[in-house]
Amino acid sequence: MSGVLPPDVEKLFNAALVGELTVVSSSGRPITYPLIPLYDGRYVYLTSAALFSKKLRHIKANPKVCFSLTDPVAVPIQPFARATVQGDAEIIEDDPHSGWEELLPLWRAKEPIIDSFVKKRFGIPLFFERSIIRIDPRRVLYWPDGRTETAPQVFEVSEVGR
Amino acid sequence: MSTLTSVEAVRRAASYNHAVLSWVDADGYPNSVGAPFRSNPPSTVVVGPLAEGARPPAGSEVCVTFSHIRPQRGVGYDERRYINLWGTAERDGENIRLVATRATGWDEAETPFFEYAERNVPQARSYLESLGANVRLSRFWMFFLATRLPFLTATIAPVALGGAVAARDGAFHWGWFLLTLLGACAVHLGLNIANDVFDDANGADAANVTPTMFSGGSRVIQYGLVSRGAMVRAAVAFYCLAGFIGVALAATRTLTLLWVGFVGVVLSLVYSAPPFRLVHRGLGEPVTALGFGPVMAVGTYLALARAWSWEPVLASVPVAVLVALILYVNQVPDRRGDAAVGKRTLIVRWPKQRVVATYTALAVVAFAVLVLNVVFDITPAWTLIALLPAPLVLKVRRGLLAHYDQPYALMSYMQDNIVLHFATGTLLVIGYVLSNFFG
Repeated sequence: MSGVLPPDVEKLFNAALVGELTVVSSSGRPITYPLIPLYDGRYVYLTSAALFSKKLRHIKANPKVCFSLTDPVAVPIQPFARATVQGDAEIIEDDPHSGWEELLPLWRAKEPIIDSFVKKRFGIPLFFERSIIRIDPRRVLYWPDGRTETAPQVFEVSEVGR
Repeated sequence: MSTLTSVEAVRRAASYNHAVLSWVDADGYPNSVGAPFRSNPPSTVVVGPLAEGARPPAGSEVCVTFSHIRPQRGVGYDERRYINLWGTAERDGENIRLVATRATGWDEAETPFFEYAERNVPQARSYLESLGANVRLSRFWMFFLATRLPFLTATIAPVALGGAVAARDGAFHWGWFLLTLLGACAVHLGLNIANDVFDDANGADAANVTPTMFSGGSRVIQYGLVSRGAMVRAAVAFYCLAGFIGVALAATRTLTLLWVGFVGVVLSLVYSAPPFRLVHRGLGEPVTALGFGPVMAVGTYLALARAWSWEPVLASVPVAVLVALILYVNQVPDRRGDAAVGKRTLIVRWPKQRVVATYTALAVVAFAVLVLNVVFDITPAWTLIALLPAPLVLKVRRGLLAHYDQPYALMSYMQDNIVLHFATGTLLVIGYVLSNFFG
């Protein structure tokens, strides 16, 4: 895949089971949420159930977010590296019931059991009323060896690439 | 996510393998970086070392996140837990030090995901309402959930048993049997829906944050799938259908059915309807035993044989006791929510040891009656095959002892308890059928 992110960062996103979304609250406080990142070469996607919708309200008030990949266990890739992507998030929720299902192919690749959960959505219906968080990357900080005591490589995601 | 004390959060943080430090950059974008850390109890965390360009300015408010999962190859992951704590960044050489002033977190080992989700139902409904959206399911699943359809096994067993007794007396007729079954199912579904309406009105279901497949009601009202008004209308419709069938059967078979049907409907209503609310008074089990045992078995026998007999009464005692034990065990996960709204079930009133001992004693009574019915020549010897599921009693007992405070771990034992009832009822019926062929 050759997309807007540097190839090595794309590898991290494609391997990551969980990363950290940080949003800014109305009082200016950073709040971080562990989430599964999905990446299609252009945007970073996350989804949020209506059950856990506080982050969605924060993003609607302030779309500036970052998403980091930091955990060697949750990002099973060798050699390990770390990255943080800053960008602008948009909430897509025209159809919370099934709109997010367009991301199922990307989700399934990381969490195959999701298909069996979807089949049993009647058991926990509010979990499957979901919004899509679509992050348009602007800047990437990359630590090739994961050692953040060294300065990161910084990539500005150009308008052309975006 | 629940609030933690800063001291507790810092203590727990020591078990994680790295920290994620987040802050807001000068351009307004949040930034975050993963790094080693050390916790200095009671409430200090030091994150770093960090490069100059990867450190928040001193004095800025920062969030430190500790997150853990265990990957499961080909499945996804489990062992989810995380902690967020907040404080003001202080420079400490190449590190950032903060004294935590606020913390939140979630650990699925402490709060199972389903409970975590259940606690957030009001948040979900508020959010969807703000979007003008509704939670949706297909009509089939709505009906399945709202009526709690699988619990019809509690009706099918005694009705089939009443039919089996009538068949042994040479009075079985498929048409009348199926019509009786339909009427009994209608009462049962009406009861299930009415019970949800009353438990919604008195707050019992909303107070219950650990519902399972078998307990805590259908949740369709709490989730916003069906309005309380629509549930009331559905309950009335099922009771009307049951009443119509009951009157038709009484008019064509025997008027005694009117009395049996009346008792059945009254029992189903006084179970949870005010002012009686017998389930709130610890009388749910005897009401359930009576309604889903002798009343249904005798009603079916009357509809088929058009005459009274004590045999269906006595033959149905085992299934009556076992169906009461379904209610009894299913109330274990509900007990905190029930207690919160004054629903004083036996489970709420009694300590664990007494609850488990009573379960075992009543199950023994059920199977003892089954044997005594044969000994006294009330039921055919072939019905002794219904003893086969009895070992499940020990399994359920073990489950209760081991998982009394773990609703989701208890689910499989609740299922075993339901199987115990239905298998016993089915084998009683098979015993009657075999007796017709083999004496």
